[in-house]
Amino acid sequence: MNKPLMDRYKTFDFVRKPVKPGELDVSHKTILYLEDVSVSFDGFKALNNLSLYIDNGELRCLIGPNGAGKTTLMDVITGKTKPDSGSVFFGQTIDLLEMDEPAIAQAGICRKFQKPSVFENLSVFENLELAMKADKGAWPALFARLNGEHRDRIEEVLTTIGLTEHSAQQAGILSHGQKQWLEIGMLLMQEPKVMLVDEPVAGMTHQEIDRTAELLLSLQGKHSIVVVEHDMEFVRSIARKVTVLHEGSVLTEGTMDEVQNDPRVIQVYLGD
Amino acid sequence: MKADSFKWRMSLLALLMLCVRPGIALDESTAETAESQEVSEQQAETVLDPFADALARLISGSMKEREQASEQLSVTGHPEALPVLEALLDGRLYALRDKQTAVIATESGQGYRIAEASTGADLGLIERSDLSKVNITNSLRTKLRKKISLLQLQSDDASVRLSAVNAMVKTADAKTLELLKEYESTESDEDVLSSMRLIFALNDLQNNDKSVRLDAMDTLKEYNSLEAYNRLSVLVEKDSAGNFIEQDVEVRKKAQSALKKIEARLQFYNSVETMFFGLSLGAVLVLAAIGLAITFGVMGVINMAHGELMMLGAYTTYVMQQIMPNHIGLSVILAIPAAFMISALVGVAIERGIIRFLYGRPLETLLATFGISLFLQQTVRSIFSPLNRSVTTPEWMSGSWQINDFLSLTWNRFYIVLFCLLVFAALLQILKKTRLGLEVRAVAQNRNMAKAMGIPTARVDAMTFGLGSGIAGVAGVALSQITNVGPNLGQSYIVDSFMVVVFGGVGNLWGTLVAGFSLGIANKMLEPHAGAVLAKILVLVFIILFIQKRPRGLFPQKGRAAEA
Amino acid sequence: MKSLFLGSLFFSNDKTANVVLFSLIALIVLVPLCNAIFPSASALHFSAYTVSLLGKYLTFALLGLSLDLVWGYCGILALGHGAFFALGGYSMGMYLMRQIGERGVYGDPVLPDFMVFLDWKELPWYWYGFDQFWFALPMVFLAPGVLAFVFGWLAFRSRVTGVYLSIITQALTYALMLAFFRNEMGFGGNNGLTDFKDILGFNIQSEAVRVALFMISGLALIGAFLLSRWISCTKLGRVVTAVRDHEARVRFLGYRVEMFKLWIFVFAAMLAGLAGALYVPQVGIINPSEFSPLNSLEIVVWVAIGGRGTLYGAIIGAMLVNYGKTVLTGLLPEIWLFTLGATFVLVTVFMPNGLAGLLLKKREEMHT
Repeated sequence: MNKPLMDRYKTFDFVRKPVKPGELDVSHKTILYLEDVSVSFDGFKALNNLSLYIDNGELRCLIGPNGAGKTTLMDVITGKTKPDSGSVFFGQTIDLLEMDEPAIAQAGICRKFQKPSVFENLSVFENLELAMKADKGAWPALFARLNGEHRDRIEEVLTTIGLTEHSAQQAGILSHGQKQWLEIGMLLMQEPKVMLVDEPVAGMTHQEIDRTAELLLSLQGKHSIVVVEHDMEFVRSIARKVTVLHEGSVLTEGTMDEVQNDPRVIQVYLGD
Repeated sequence: MKADSFKWRMSLLALLMLCVRPGIALDESTAETAESQEVSEQQAETVLDPFADALARLISGSMKEREQASEQLSVTGHPEALPVLEALLDGRLYALRDKQTAVIATESGQGYRIAEASTGADLGLIERSDLSKVNITNSLRTKLRKKISLLQLQSDDASVRLSAVNAMVKTADAKTLELLKEYESTESDEDVLSSMRLIFALNDLQNNDKSVRLDAMDTLKEYNSLEAYNRLSVLVEKDSAGNFIEQDVEVRKKAQSALKKIEARLQFYNSVETMFFGLSLGAVLVLAAIGLAITFGVMGVINMAHGELMMLGAYTTYVMQQIMPNHIGLSVILAIPAAFMISALVGVAIERGIIRFLYGRPLETLLATFGISLFLQQTVRSIFSPLNRSVTTPEWMSGSWQINDFLSLTWNRFYIVLFCLLVFAALLQILKKTRLGLEVRAVAQNRNMAKAMGIPTARVDAMTFGLGSGIAGVAGVALSQITNVGPNLGQSYIVDSFMVVVFGGVGNLWGTLVAGFSLGIANKMLEPHAGAVLAKILVLVFIILFIQKRPRGLFPQKGRAAEA
Repeated sequence: MKSLFLGSLFFSNDKTANVVLFSLIALIVLVPLCNAIFPSASALHFSAYTVSLLGKYLTFALLGLSLDLVWGYCGILALGHGAFFALGGYSMGMYLMRQIGERGVYGDPVLPDFMVFLDWKELPWYWYGFDQFWFALPMVFLAPGVLAFVFGWLAFRSRVTGVYLSIITQALTYALMLAFFRNEMGFGGNNGLTDFKDILGFNIQSEAVRVALFMISGLALIGAFLLSRWISCTKLGRVVTAVRDHEARVRFLGYRVEMFKLWIFVFAAMLAGLAGALYVPQVGIINPSEFSPLNSLEIVVWVAIGGRGTLYGAIIGAMLVNYGKTVLTGLLPEIWLFTLGATFVLVTVFMPNGLAGLLLKKREEMHT
């Protein structure tokens, strides 16, 4: 599934900006380091000295009540929000705080949004084509042509997300669940090291949820995956390790059972 | 006899002043009129003849007799003598057809309004052909000026005396100096005395005694007088051969240092003036922008027709003046609520008719309102003609406040700054204290939540838009006082006012205020160095660069809401 | 293979686009033909005046097309697009001005009349080279291109978007207008550049030159249309459309959004410059009013009425509105602004996709 590509755009090396300050180094098994990260909006602390480590190839679930800082955490990792303090590293060497969104995305951290964000005026195929790992400069894009291998890759992902029949359809007329799948497909096209998946099963039917779980499970090991989800059934079905966030910091970590029996977690979810 | 009557009047005045001293200003002025009436009655009995006689000779006799008559008039001590002589000097003194009655005429729209010269009583309107002008020669004109200053020196009103003395600063000769010295002993007003001393010091500058000259310079350097500055400058000038005109080194040095001192103050007053110009321009900008700040900031609506709503306000002022041409001042005051109502109504119509279909599509709103602006412009052009209309400035707003030779502030600019602050304060109060303001703020912060709380958002939108538009109309009234009223009036302000709103930060009224004033001041500070157009370009370029740096303006809205 | 490529270049799936394209081709063939064949008395003869008028419409269509790339495809509502048109026009105007030579009123071999009038002794440095066509021609593209590059680079990099961007583009053209009004700038101040005599050695007033200019304008428009359509079909075009619809998402896919915006902005500015350069010799004057914010807004109207994001919509809109303007200002000058204003409002409220959108809807209804 993840076969190496012949990337002909790389012949145009002179037009590419060096986006990586260093090669990804995961020799210590950890791929994401977040240490003492704080973010505040107008005095409201969305993240409060949060520290979190994601292992290479791990599938991690993040849960927590509304306002716990789950989405803000993703914003910080992908460069949308700059934290007030703390450090965020990708592997040992790459400082994510010095990079902007496109640079982080090109480095291999990709994100699915809470609200499905596909390009509604483009076809499903074109959506995937845009996401495909390639040289993302303006001039290369002007002269880019799809070759057989690219097509194969797109077809492959289309099959994986079950949208082969809708390939030529405008993304805007897909159902909510299909849009979620398309966005997951776009993640796959980017061949990321880290996938940040925000509420992947919202608005899906049971069958769809099961297939999503299956897909995510099949991806672990090849990619490091962070899933934010409210659906506890779903979390239970995929999670090895669960992190609970509360008021901007990590409340507890562990297996689903450990977490569910933690009295602090119960208090947070059920109130006093 | 002249000196006698003067002393007599002074003592009477002193007596009266003692009586009315504790009274308020209004009392004082009525007391004074009462006093002068009393005096005129007294004099009417004793010296009626010389005055009437002189007046008669003035309008009927030869040029030579006219000169004698004016001389005679000036010594009668009659209260009407001064106005008659002034009218004679200004060419406003006429004789009626019958050659019997002297009148003072002022041109008005329909003809000449005349007042009887001997009493000052109003005689109504008259045709120009019924009047014959009393002409004077140049030599008589020079003499008249002196006589008038002398008469003014005898006036009971300190401000009249002050202006008389000030008028003498440039032209004082030995004879007037003698006269002034005489009056100095009886003068009690500090300002008048100070002006007298200036004249003395200026004269001392030409003295043969060096120490007198040096003392004079010590005095002069404290005065904000253009004449003093010019006379001192002469002392340090070189002739064409490059030699100093003034031989004495010590005098030159002293003059140099005195000049420096005056220059420092001159510079200070110049910067005060620049600040004032900047403030007044800023006030105009704030007035133009503040309505926009509401519609743009609170509702996210880009109203390109904002300038045209201001134009409507300006035309309302014009129409009000056409309705009541005899009450210019009142018409401007009444134009304020009228313009507010008209622009607000048009604004509400625009909102209800068009904009409400376009919420959430800011760029489309921009286009639609631009179409409206073209429409309004053409409407006004069709109704009022494409030419500019002139709006008369009320008397209390024209003229300027002469603080000293170096600094005078025009009243209309002063009033605009004041007006701008008033409008701003009123708007803040409306937003803070009223139910509408609360609803407006609620809708601005969270439309859906406001709706859920039962706030009629559609009505609030219309009211907000009406409020913003109404303020544009009020701004138009202010603009009509400083610029031409024409169909393009709005267009020339629209770019500027958007700049102010964006620079200050959208959704922040205080930001608009600060941005407007600082842009106005920056513009006026650049103007002397770069010229008016280049200054404006520089300010625009600055804002363009500034927005790159801080895309949300000086005072941005923070937090999650701002990102939506 | 090659012929297939050419075919796909000229024919598109959208029928209206084909109709517009082939009408344009017919226009630039028929108008010169009619001009040449029929005697001037004939009803089918196009006078030099009419040819130039049509040529002017073609340059406006090119200008509208260039704005459509920026607005319709990339979602940037540029309210200062006229500035690029004017800069291209000034570049051409400077060339034409230098061609006057000694035939000016003051007979100075080097200095244009207005400089002699202002008592200037030397040609300003930025006028050097404009006596050569090979120098002026690249300047037609470079002057607007560089301005667009600098402005766009600053604005897009700091992520100024939406209304803010619209307003500062308007401020840009406003500032330029004020600057060009100044005599000290050396571009003829208020009066601008006019009284042209020759272009490439040919009399600019002659009928043949006018017909030639008309044909060049038409070819430029067709070329720009095909090139723009090709760009819109490349990956770059799709990224640009994606930026319009969901800018942030594009960034998270690893694209440098600002570079794509900049690319399209500069390209469009250069097209606008070309339009300006073709416009000036046909109308015989360029002055600072071309920079006025109102002019730039008018371009927006053309595109809005024609329908944005279709390319051919902009062409239809520009031709129709300007034809309407010529007719109405001739008959009833007061009515023009009323009509323009009303169309503006009606189109935005009831026809957000313009005429092109209307046609598309009609066709879809016919299909179903």
